[in-house]
Amino acid sequence: MTDYIIRNGFVYDPVLGINGDIMDVAVRDGKIVDAGDVTKATEIDASGMTVMAAAVDIHAHVAGPKVNVGRNFRPEDKLFNCNVGSGVKRMEAGFSVPTTIRTGYLYARMGFGFSMEAAMPPLYARHTHEEIVDTPIIDQGALPVFGNNWFVLEYIKENEVENTAAYIAWLLAQTKGYGVKCVNPGGTESWGWGMNCETVDDVVPYFDVTPRQIVDGLIAANEMLGLPHCMHVHGNSLGEPGNYGVTLDTLKIAEGHKPNNEFGRESVLHHTHLQFHCYGGESYASKSFESKSKEVMDYVNSTDNITFDLGVVTLDETTTMTADGPFEFHLSHMNSLKWANTDVELETGSGIVPFIYNPKTFIAGAQWAVGLELGLLVKDPMKAYVTTDAPNAGPLMRYPRVYKWLMSAKAREDMLNNVLKYGDSIRARCYIGELDREISLYELAMMTRAGPAKTLGLGHMFGSLKAGLEGDVAVYPYNPESDTDDPEKIEYAFGNCATLIKGGELIIKEGEVVSNGRQKRTFWVNAKTNENPVVERDISEKFKRYYTVTQNNYTVEGHHYMPNPYVIEVDATK
Amino acid sequence: MSRSWMRLRSLRRSAYRQVGNLAKIVTDVVCPFCGTLCDDLEVALDDSGEKILEVYNACAIGAAKFLHSQAEDRLTRPQMKQEDGSWKEVTYDEAVEYTAQMLIDAKKPLMYGWSSTSCSAQSVGSELGEVVGACMDNTATVCHGSSLIAVQDVGIPSATLGEIANRADRVVFWGCNPAHAHPRHMSRYSIFPRGFFTGKGSKSRKMVVVDPRRTDTAKMADIHLQLEQGHDYELLSAIRVAIRGEKLPKTVAGIPAETIYEVAETLKSGRFAVIFFGMGVTQSLGKNHNIDIAIAVTRDLNDYTKAAIIPMRGHYNVTGSGQVWGWQFGFPFCLDLSRGFARYNPGDSSSNDLLIRDEVDAAFVLGSDPGAHFPVGSVRKIAQMPSVCIDPHITPTSAVSKLHVPVAFVGVEVGGCAYRMDNVPIETRKVVEPPEGMLTDEEFLTMVLKRVKEMKGAA
Ligand code: SF4
Ligand SMILES: [Zn+2]
Repeated sequence: MTDYIIRNGFVYDPVLGINGDIMDVAVRDGKIVDAGDVTKATEIDASGMTVMAAAVDIHAHVAGPKVNVGRNFRPEDKLFNCNVGSGVKRMEAGFSVPTTIRTGYLYARMGFGFSMEAAMPPLYARHTHEEIVDTPIIDQGALPVFGNNWFVLEYIKENEVENTAAYIAWLLAQTKGYGVKCVNPGGTESWGWGMNCETVDDVVPYFDVTPRQIVDGLIAANEMLGLPHCMHVHGNSLGEPGNYGVTLDTLKIAEGHKPNNEFGRESVLHHTHLQFHCYGGESYASKSFESKSKEVMDYVNSTDNITFDLGVVTLDETTTMTADGPFEFHLSHMNSLKWANTDVELETGSGIVPFIYNPKTFIAGAQWAVGLELGLLVKDPMKAYVTTDAPNAGPLMRYPRVYKWLMSAKAREDMLNNVLKYGDSIRARCYIGELDREISLYELAMMTRAGPAKTLGLGHMFGSLKAGLEGDVAVYPYNPESDTDDPEKIEYAFGNCATLIKGGELIIKEGEVVSNGRQKRTFWVNAKTNENPVVERDISEKFKRYYTVTQNNYTVEGHHYMPNPYVIEVDATK
Repeated sequence: MSRSWMRLRSLRRSAYRQVGNLAKIVTDVVCPFCGTLCDDLEVALDDSGEKILEVYNACAIGAAKFLHSQAEDRLTRPQMKQEDGSWKEVTYDEAVEYTAQMLIDAKKPLMYGWSSTSCSAQSVGSELGEVVGACMDNTATVCHGSSLIAVQDVGIPSATLGEIANRADRVVFWGCNPAHAHPRHMSRYSIFPRGFFTGKGSKSRKMVVVDPRRTDTAKMADIHLQLEQGHDYELLSAIRVAIRGEKLPKTVAGIPAETIYEVAETLKSGRFAVIFFGMGVTQSLGKNHNIDIAIAVTRDLNDYTKAAIIPMRGHYNVTGSGQVWGWQFGFPFCLDLSRGFARYNPGDSSSNDLLIRDEVDAAFVLGSDPGAHFPVGSVRKIAQMPSVCIDPHITPTSAVSKLHVPVAFVGVEVGGCAYRMDNVPIETRKVVEPPEGMLTDEEFLTMVLKRVKEMKGAA
C-alpha cells in the first residue's frame, strides 16, 4: 500500500487541539501515523489549503427501500442532474435522491469517510445492504428502527428492559445493523390504523404503551447492552407548529440515564434533525409561527448526555422520506404532491413525498433559520452535528452550503436581505437576526468529524488525525488566511476537495475521483447477550404466526450483502 | 466495488433437516416462480443430495419449476445456430467471446429480461449494459410498466403482505386472478390467514373481485363486480364519487349505482382495505391512467380508514430488477444508457418500440421469454439481428436466437436475492448442484463483462 504525506496544510483537529497550524499529515498502511514515521511516501502538497480528518455523517437517508422509492418515483429528479461516466467513474444521476454511485462520489467530493444510513426497516435490511454494497468508496452502517416494533412495544409495556435488550441484540445480528433508531415512537404503529401519537403520553392503540415509555425503555436497553451508539430518536409531532414542548418532553427522558459503553460516548440520547422539532405557534403563518430553537437549546446546553443533528433546510426542491408514516400522509395533504407509503409488518412504516422549500414563502425561510440557529446557539459544538437530514430538509450535496451559512454572518444576512422574500418577518419570528456567531473551522471540524464520530462510538477510528486512526484525510482548497473575503469560497471548497485519502487509498487526486475504493466496509454491531429463552420463544412464535417470511429466511447472511464487513463486538453478558 | 464475492455459492447451514436416514429435506426454500415468492417450501432430495424427489408446500406451478430443472434432456452447454439452422455445441468461453463481441460491435444493443434472475446477476448486468451503452428493459415493459408510470404520477400508499395478513378486513382483487396466476397468495397473505388482528381468517374479511370474467377468484368473492371490458377507469372513478357520497348515474361500466355505493361503503367501513391489481387493468384500455385512479381511490380511502394498494407482480424477481436499476440509474425500466448517462422515456426507450423502429441492432435476452410474450413483429426483429439468449430452458426466444447459453436455475441450483411483489427482499436458496460444469448467469455475465472491458481497453 502506498504511503502518503500531506505537506504544509492548515490542519484542524479538535481531538488533538490543533487549530490551523501548518503541519504535515502522514498515512501508512491505511492508518494515520506521525509525519516522521514515513519515509518513501508519495507527497501531496496542501500548502494554502485546509486539512482535516475525513468527515462523518451521523444521519442521512442514502440507501434502502424508501430511498429507492424516492429515486424510482421521481424521474424528474434526474432531469438535468446527471453526469456521464468517464475514466474509472460510472454514470451518476439524481439531485435530491442520487443513485448509489453518485452518493459515493458526492461524499468523496465533500471529503467524507463514513456515513450512517439513518433508518433501516429490519424486514428490508437486505435491500439496504445491497445498496450499501453498490455505494462506492465510503464506509457505511445502518440503524434498524425499533420505535414501533411489536416485540419492543410488548416488552416495554411490561417494563422488561432485559428482554428488550436481548431482542435488540438479536435483531442487530439478524439485520447486520449498527444501533437503535426510534422514529415517531408509537406513532407509526398507530398509523397502521390511520392514527398517530402526537405527544409523549399518547397511547398506542392495542399495545397500550406511550412514546415516553418507548424512548425510556430503548435508552435503558441501549445502555444495558453498552452499544457504541446511543438511542437515536426522531421525536413525535415532527414539523408541527407548537411541537417544541413535545421535543422538550422527549429530551427530558434522558434525565437519569447514564452512558454505559467502552467507546468514549457520552450521550444517551441523540435527537436527529432537531430543526423540525423546535417550532412554536399554532400554524405556519407568519402571524403565528415562531422559532423555539433558543428554548430547546437552553435545555440542551444545560445537559451533558444529549446530542443532536441540525437538519438544516436548504431551500431546494427535494424529496422527503421517513419511517414517520403519518407525517408523510399529513404532508401530502398539505402540498398535494404524490405520496408513497409502505407499512412494514410488525416493525415500522414509511412515507415519501416530494417537497419544495420555496424561499418565497415565510415558512420555508423560517425553517431555514431555525436549523441554523441550533448550530449557532449550541455552547459545545461537540454536541451538534451538521446534517440536512438528507434529503428531507435538503439534498446531500448541499452540506457545503450549510457550512457557509454557519460560518458566515454575511452569507446569512445576504439570505435574509436578498433571497428570502419574508426576511423581515423571519427576523421577527425567529432568532436568526440576533445571532452574529460564525462557526470557525475548528468548530466545524467538531460538528462534522470529532463530534459525530464520538457519538457513534467510532472516535477510535474516525474524526481525528491522531496516529493509529483510519487513514481518512480530506484536503480542501480553502486558505483560512486569505479566502475569508468571500463566503462562496467556503461552499466551493467543501464541495470539491482537492485530495481525499480513504483507508490509506487515494480516492480524489487534484479534485478528480481516481478510484472507486477497494476496501469499502459495512459496519455492524454484534452484541453478545446471555441466553434468553423467553425472547427466543417469542421470536419463533411471531415468525410462525405473523411474519410472512420464515425465521430462517429473515437472517441477512454475510456473503454478498456484506462482502467486506467490519464487526464491532460488544459483550453484554456480564 | 469488488465483485469477487459473487462467486460464492455456499449453502446455508440452517436449511437442512435429516429425515431418518432416507431423504434429506431442505427447508425454508424460496419458490423462484411468481411474485408471491413463497419461502416455506420443503424439498426432498435423494440420498446423494443431487436429485429432487419431492417439493412440499408449493403450488403446482411452483413445484413444476423445481422438478423441471431435473429434466434428463436438459441442455448443459451453449449452442450456436449454424447457417443451415441446426445447433452446434460450443464452449462457454466461445459463448463469452461471441456475446462480448456482439455487444461491442452493436451501435445500440438491447439487453432485455432480467426478471427471472437474482439481484446480483442484475447488478453485474447493469454494469455490463453501462459499459456497452445498451438499452435495458425488463418484463415490466409488457406487464406492470404502466403501474410504475402511475406511481411516478401519483405515488403509492402500500404495505407489506404481512400487514395485509395481520390487519386487512377488506380485500379487493382488480383485474387479477390469483387463483391461477398467484396460487398461494390468498392462503398466505390476503384472504385466509389468521393474523394478529384478523383472528377469524377469511371470516374477518370481505372480498371484492372486479373482473369482466367469472374467474375462479371471482367465484369466491363476497361481491363480484362484473364490469364491461375496458371500463375500469370509469368504475374506479365512480367508486371515488361514491366514497365522497356524491351522485352517480344509474349504471357505470355496466354496474348499477346501488352496487357501487355498496362497495364504497364496504371499503370505508373496514378497518384496513387493500386493493390488489393485475394485468387485467394495467394492460387494458387506459393503462397507467387506470392505475393512477386506482391509487387515487386508495388515497381517498385513507381519509376515512386505512388503505393500501399492491401490484400483483408476475415474475419472481421483476421487482428486484426495477430496484437494482433504481439505485444504479434512478429508473425502474426502459433505460437507455447509450449516451453515457441514463435516459428514461417509456414509449421511446421501451423495448418493443425500439425493436419496431429498428433502433437496436443486437439482442441480449436473460431471464425472460420475449419470444413468447412480445408481439410477433418484435420477435421477428430479434430473429433478424445478432442475438444471445441466456436461459436454462429451450424457449421460443432461444429458438430465434443465434446463441443459446443455458445456465443454472436461480433459486434451485444457485441462491441470490429476489424481491417479492411488495418489494420485500428474500434470499433464494440453492437446493442442488447444477449439472457438472454449468455456469450461473451471474458467472457468465461476469466473464462477459471482463471480456468487454479487455476489448474496450485494447481498442
Ligand atoms: S404461489 Fe407462486 S411463489 Fe408460491 S409456490 Fe406457487 S408459483 Fe411459487
Ligand atoms: Zn432522517
